Amino acid sequence: MHPAPRALRRAAAAVTVALLATAVGCAPQPEEPAAGTSSAGNMCEKGKLATRTSGRLTIATDEPAYEPWFKDDDPASGKGFESAVAYAVARHLGYGKDKVVWQTVPFNKAFAPGEKTFDFDINQVSISDERKKAVDFSSGYYDVRQAVVALKGSEAAKAKSVADLKDVKLGAQVGTTSLDYIDDVVRPTRAAAVFAKNDQAKSALKNGQVDAIVVDLPTAFYITGAEITDATIVGQFENQGGTPEQFGLVLDKGSALTSCVSRAVDALREDGTLARIEQQWLSDAVDAPVLK
Amino acid sequence: MTVNKEEPAVGSGEHDARDGYVPSQRRLDRERHKRARARRATAIGALSTLVTAAVLYLVVVNAPGWPRTKETFFDWGYAREAFPKVLEGLWLNVRLLLVCGAAVLVLGMLIAVARTLRGPVFFPLRVLAAAYTDFFRGLPLIINLMIVVLGVPALRLQGVTVDPVLLGGTALTLTYSAYVAEVFRAGIESVHPSQRAAARSLGLSNRQALRYVVLPQAVRRQVPPLLNDLVSLQKDTGLVSIGGAVDAVRAADIIVGRSLNYTPYIVAGLVFVALTIPMTRFTDWVTARMDRRRAQGGTT
Repeated sequence: MHPAPRALRRAAAAVTVALLATAVGCAPQPEEPAAGTSSAGNMCEKGKLATRTSGRLTIATDEPAYEPWFKDDDPASGKGFESAVAYAVARHLGYGKDKVVWQTVPFNKAFAPGEKTFDFDINQVSISDERKKAVDFSSGYYDVRQAVVALKGSEAAKAKSVADLKDVKLGAQVGTTSLDYIDDVVRPTRAAAVFAKNDQAKSALKNGQVDAIVVDLPTAFYITGAEITDATIVGQFENQGGTPEQFGLVLDKGSALTSCVSRAVDALREDGTLARIEQQWLSDAVDAPVLK
Repeated sequence: MTVNKEEPAVGSGEHDARDGYVPSQRRLDRERHKRARARRATAIGALSTLVTAAVLYLVVVNAPGWPRTKETFFDWGYAREAFPKVLEGLWLNVRLLLVCGAAVLVLGMLIAVARTLRGPVFFPLRVLAAAYTDFFRGLPLIINLMIVVLGVPALRLQGVTVDPVLLGGTALTLTYSAYVAEVFRAGIESVHPSQRAAARSLGLSNRQALRYVVLPQAVRRQVPPLLNDLVSLQKDTGLVSIGGAVDAVRAADIIVGRSLNYTPYIVAGLVFVALTIPMTRFTDWVTARMDRRRAQGGTT
């Protein structure tokens, strides 16, 4: 092997070091926050928030968007509870229906660190302290309770209490508080079946692969009313720890919009808008017996 | 024994005193020089590795999003919580791998033999085997699983299980035996026709020729690609979670969904890699062993 001329080797080494130095030096730095978000008093100026796209509000949800939260898998219709809430919040922030852009973002993608592509996400996400470490939440816009659905006439449908569900094969969707209720409240003798989507949980219920599934109450009413008509709501769980579980809008951690969006939700709750929307879209969800 | 002093064994280092050989000064110098060169090469290699590692580290750690990424993907507390649950789920992956792996090998071999049968009487069998491999190799595994795990129970057939793990295992076996059948077929067809002709001329029947001459050679040749498919199967076993069974990845999923922290995924990923490494090393070892045999002019 002929050694390369010394000068050439030195040059190569020097170039390498220089390149590495630039790689370190030129790593992207965080951008300065956009101007106009500094003064807290004027932060929530109607229609002039520091949104992703100036003058527009980008709202995310998963696909498919389920009833009764969205109608016909079309979040932009304004029909369905969450679609209506999203537009009410947008209107309160000064963005009319024509200024709202919908975006499909899967559940898991909504919490990934890094730049968010949306202003807020509305997807039946329950607020919890643990989750607050990863994202910002608005105030709660809906108090949710969990319910058990089983096929009519099955053993599981006869359950009157949490203890009666001990030996039942239960199923729930992954990443939901429904699953937490199974693991923490029921503590069944057989491990819960965990599904990627509620659709698969419904199939498994119909096929007899699980005896009962746990979903939130409005979903339970929708399933028993429209999707699996030979299923029935066994009952609902009491709130854990005395505080009601709530759905919140999801924002980027440290988002400049969190306080404005929270204020909008609070205002809508106070002036009765949320109650009206709930009445309109979730009125079928009357009370189910409580499983003690 | 005469030793050519100009061309000694390279770097022999040890000098046998019994043959009265004394290495020349020139040889000692040459060996010293070689050792020095080797040391220098090692030092330079170590230094450049160190510099590269340092630069990568600095680029990652100085990235503006690193603190957030670190707490989202590398949180020790969540890793500790996830590890036992992921291992519990992994037991399901391992059991599926063992059972499905065995079933796949048997079924794949049967299909491959059916496809390579000679004679016009076997025509329908050949067509069936070909249709099977075409269909199941082309059908996306996830759709196959959906149909088998969620569709078959809907038929409400008496005596057919609704257990999602058994059904999922069946779906995996269907897809993978199509892959493996093709591997076996390639192996069978790669055995030179003269081997079969020689076997037949020795008076072996067609079946015996296949059994004693062709298949042993075909299987030995196909070990690396077979193990490749087995490693792939091991990772795909997790897809049976579609029916609600909790495997390693789904166990991680559960914690991720609750906490919105991605560390459990990293844990599950590393556990799978740790499981794959021994299999990969085994594959390499088998390949090397076969190459050695072939190099010695053994049976190929």
